Amino acid sequence: MDIDVHKIARLARIRLTDEEAKTLGPQLVSIIGYVESLQVVDTEHVPTTAHPHDIFMPLRDDTVSNTDNRDALQASAPAIDSGLYTVPKVIE
Amino acid sequence: MPFSNFEDLQQRMSSGETNAVAIARQYMARIQKYDASINAFVHLDQDSVIAQAQASDEYRKQHGARPLEGLPIAIKDIFCTRGEKTTCCSNILKGFVPAYDAEVIRRLREAGAVLLGKTNMDEFAMGSSNETSAFGAVKNPWDTTRIPGGSSGGSAAAVAAGFAPAALGTDTGGSIRQPASLCGLVGLKPTYGSVSRRGIIAFASSLDQAGPMTRTVSDNASLMSVMAGQDAGDSTSMPVPHVNTWLAACGKTDMTGLKIGRPKEYFIDGIDPEIRQRVETALQQCQDLGAEIIDISLPHTEYAVAAYYVIAPSEASANLSRYDGVRYGHRTENPADLNDLYSISRDEGFGEEVKRRILTGAFALSSGYYDAYYTKAQKVRTLIRQDFEQAFEKVDIIATPASPVTAFKIGEKTDDPLTMYLSDIFTIALNLAGLPGMSQPCGLANGLPVGLQWIAPAWQEATIYQAASAYESATSWHTQTPEVTS
Repeated sequence: MDIDVHKIARLARIRLTDEEAKTLGPQLVSIIGYVESLQVVDTEHVPTTAHPHDIFMPLRDDTVSNTDNRDALQASAPAIDSGLYTVPKVIE
Repeated sequence: MPFSNFEDLQQRMSSGETNAVAIARQYMARIQKYDASINAFVHLDQDSVIAQAQASDEYRKQHGARPLEGLPIAIKDIFCTRGEKTTCCSNILKGFVPAYDAEVIRRLREAGAVLLGKTNMDEFAMGSSNETSAFGAVKNPWDTTRIPGGSSGGSAAAVAAGFAPAALGTDTGGSIRQPASLCGLVGLKPTYGSVSRRGIIAFASSLDQAGPMTRTVSDNASLMSVMAGQDAGDSTSMPVPHVNTWLAACGKTDMTGLKIGRPKEYFIDGIDPEIRQRVETALQQCQDLGAEIIDISLPHTEYAVAAYYVIAPSEASANLSRYDGVRYGHRTENPADLNDLYSISRDEGFGEEVKRRILTGAFALSSGYYDAYYTKAQKVRTLIRQDFEQAFEKVDIIATPASPVTAFKIGEKTDDPLTMYLSDIFTIALNLAGLPGMSQPCGLANGLPVGLQWIAPAWQEATIYQAASAYESATSWHTQTPEVTS
């Protein structure tokens, strides 16, 4: 199987150096090659499992539970300004 | 003292012979002396430990002892601890200090435990040998040229080396049971939904569960009784039945009437013959204790690893998209634009294995491949669940080896990711099915610990505690300890 590792890396927002692509590309092919073994399993009429138990998503009471914790939460941010996260300019 | 269990420690504290501060100091002195050769701890704030121990001694004096009063518990670096570094052993979370405690941590504090530092682990819990940590490999206290297993390798090594009486781990595909097996401990992966995931750094959310790693079965039940319970902060956590029966289940010394399933797919060629022999001997002992051994089949076992390596990386690729260099963690210097900020920060911050899994997941979820990989794997997951459901119509519990090999050499499997992935063949299926599983020591092979794995139906931890206690009472493997040198 052919995998365009640069395309996948773009989707995952990870820069790959050429060096990394050279190692990761074949490894990805080998991992996907291994999981290919699933294709032989007969799964016709088998439902999917996304959650291990058959439960419904519970609803919580409609009450205010959030508190203003902004300063504590932003203490770990690499760059903030007046309570906002800063990033490189997006619109020229 | 380094290899004491909860009961010893609690007795000595309640008799006034010692106190939490003295116990904490003794463990920390041992860590200072020996951890340079093990590398089990990545953060240890001695002042904070002493302050917690003092508060515990004070509480005992004023109000009497809570369930874990004064007991030092080592914490895998995946649990958020308020005001103390939590990095998941990744450079992308270097210096991260959470603003809140994980729910499990809150419960431990409330029960009087003393949190004894953060333990080393595979980066983001992705690994089976603890070699992917940004803080370097952990060494197995039984043989420091070998790995302790992973991803909760630091927690396992810490307890095995006598640095703590117990530790917290998390298990997505075997990360509690495999290191417990390789280090000679009792490690439980509880039923999915038993323990709140709030504040535990996410890897694969439909598989992740936290659990206790201890020296004995009853210590395991004590710690688990505190950890378990529904939490409004995790919508997948559920009301946990029978919690108050767990400790009583640990009083069992026989297995009369217990039907133990022996799945043929877990006793295959290719597993270390010494391990196979230890587990067969253990099953024979179970029979002597009154159990009935019944041959069963779990026919989709051979597809579990493949299904897991689609589902877990897919969930991981979504979960780890939060590391964007904006809100916390590592940020690259002088990015040209927003896309560079994301992609270079992520390239610099994530280790190789984490990138490999994110890319595997991103591929499996990508347009054109989603149905062939992700949907297919979710269907196979259903078949694996059904295998167990059918087996549990015939038996109460299933027994298998926890790992096909004993602790391997550091560096032995790092070149080929696929070989590493296959070290979890006996632990992965029950994560997919959401079932509880435990590894407990059942012997040594060439001087290295071997683990016996118990698998029970969902919410039947009591059956595991009963069987494991009866086995433990008839054997002495849990009392074996390695000789730790500096």
